[in-house]
Amino acid sequence: MVEIKNLHKSYDTGANSLHVLKGIDLQIGQGEIVSIMGSSGSGKSTLLNVIGILDSYDKGDYLLNGTLMRNLSEKQAAWYRNQMIGFVFQSFNLISFKNAMENVALPLYYQKVSRRKRNNIAMEYLDKMGLLPWATHMPNELSGGQKQRVAIARALIANPKIILADEPTGALDTQTSYEVMDLFQEINSAGITVIIVTHEKDISERTKRVIHLKDGIIDREYKPQINLQYA
Amino acid sequence: MLDIGLWQEIFSTMRKNKLRTFLTGFSVAWGIFILMILLGSGNGLQKGVMHNFSDAKNSVWMWGGRTSVAYEGMNIGRGISFKNDDLEFVQNGRPQIENISGRIGLWGGEYHTSYKNEYGDFGIQGINPGHQVTENIKLESGRLLNVFDIEKFRKVAVIGTIVKERLFKEEDPIGKYININGIPFLVVGVFGDIHPGETERVYLPITVVQKTFRPGTNVELMTFTIGNATLAESKSLVDELKTGLARKHKFDPNDQSAMGSYNTLEDYQRNLNLFIGINFFVGIIGIFTLIAGLVGVSNIMLIVVKERTKEIGIRKAIGATPGSIVGLIIAEALVITSFAGYIGLLLGVVVLEFLNKLLPASQFFRNPGVDFSIAIGAALLVILAGVIAGFVPARRAAKIKPIVALRDE
Repeated sequence: MVEIKNLHKSYDTGANSLHVLKGIDLQIGQGEIVSIMGSSGSGKSTLLNVIGILDSYDKGDYLLNGTLMRNLSEKQAAWYRNQMIGFVFQSFNLISFKNAMENVALPLYYQKVSRRKRNNIAMEYLDKMGLLPWATHMPNELSGGQKQRVAIARALIANPKIILADEPTGALDTQTSYEVMDLFQEINSAGITVIIVTHEKDISERTKRVIHLKDGIIDREYKPQINLQYA
Repeated sequence: MLDIGLWQEIFSTMRKNKLRTFLTGFSVAWGIFILMILLGSGNGLQKGVMHNFSDAKNSVWMWGGRTSVAYEGMNIGRGISFKNDDLEFVQNGRPQIENISGRIGLWGGEYHTSYKNEYGDFGIQGINPGHQVTENIKLESGRLLNVFDIEKFRKVAVIGTIVKERLFKEEDPIGKYININGIPFLVVGVFGDIHPGETERVYLPITVVQKTFRPGTNVELMTFTIGNATLAESKSLVDELKTGLARKHKFDPNDQSAMGSYNTLEDYQRNLNLFIGINFFVGIIGIFTLIAGLVGVSNIMLIVVKERTKEIGIRKAIGATPGSIVGLIIAEALVITSFAGYIGLLLGVVVLEFLNKLLPASQFFRNPGVDFSIAIGAALLVILAGVIAGFVPARRAAKIKPIVALRDE
């Protein structure tokens, strides 16, 4: 599903450039659930942005579902993001003036699905998240866990191949974090590839494969010993 | 791009940001409002001044003066007065000259008009029938003066509506006699005029005046109209007449004070040109006010884009194309400017109507208001303006990179 060969990425910060990713080789297959760990500055978020086609890379190859992702126009990138990828963020990134249902339905708006139809589908997904009673609530009326579940519903609504989650539990308490991780495992068991960036060990241990980044290269990779199976 | 979903997006966004929407719209509404007021007032000014030209626009007036240049042995200070034969001189061989008339004015409190116990001092003028056309009077009842009145020295009069009201009140004046300094005149007609002051007049046949109040053949003033002549044609005709009259009365044709003349067409054209200038100027001011409003919209939309950076980033992350973002911002600017522009337009029209009711029509200002075509033009301008105002912010929005937008502060 994700195939990365010798990937390099640097940022220009005025006079000097910051070499963030220094040759990443990584393969993630269909239906895997993977966490990317590393201290801050290790390049884990940058890697996720490249995988999510939110950012470009300088050298190497990145194939998503067998297609080379390089020199894409903004329009093409938007299309791939819309069709292939669902994003979940640490700070939820819900649109504050839209209610839960409208937020969930938004990706379908960009697929030109009619309002009635996309709202119906959004209600289905909210139902799966157990959020049906909150469908017309605005994001600021929801708890952190509820917001993240709305965000996950939004990530799922366009039937993506991959879910990319950047510190999805960073703003949540432990109990809620575990509930969110349960959700990811459930999603994964339906065959969707899940990639989670985190710096919390107990979160990474709830995935089946941990990739550890340090200073822009893959430092080590392991399978967690205690792999709690919920789904 | 113009599907219903886009509009639902825009309206839900606007509904949830009411203050922002209002502030954005206000500057445009204000711009259009000012544009309307300026154009309407300019129009009122023009109508006020041009109202003075609601009599025949092709009329020429000529009157005698006093020579100021010695000519063929004759001294300066000689009075020149036009007589009946001068009317014939002007008309002869010039079929383009119509409605030729002399005009003897009997003013100055010496002439009293009465009917039974009602008295009044009115402007009494001895005229030929053509003068009634030049003055553009409107017959209200009875008939106007005609050539038979002139030829047969009939002691008849047509009176203005104000004269009729003062002397006759509710009575029908036709067939009654009014008395001017002891001489009875049969009232044959009543006329109105677009200039109310000119209905305070009594018109008598000039030949009768030449037999009664002003014995002789003097006509005092000559008036006539010149068909559909252009300004140049009319000017050259007047010059030709001046030269001819100078030769006839033996004064220097270059003597400015020997005779006076007024060419309405020339004055009309000059005023028309003046108002083309004024309207252009007023339009420029209005357009620039509108531009100031648009810069305001553009500015606010830029702030809006900045404020919505994160939202736009989110939209892009979940699949919004740059085109859809551009469409979103431009459409929002368009909706706001169109709606606000319409409000400003409407408000401008209402205020102009109010002014119209409130201010009495004067020589300088009457019936302010804008034409329908101008209003439509302004509306189209606003729509164009909306697109322009939205363009810069929209481009900036389209360039927002989702990673920058989504970075946690």
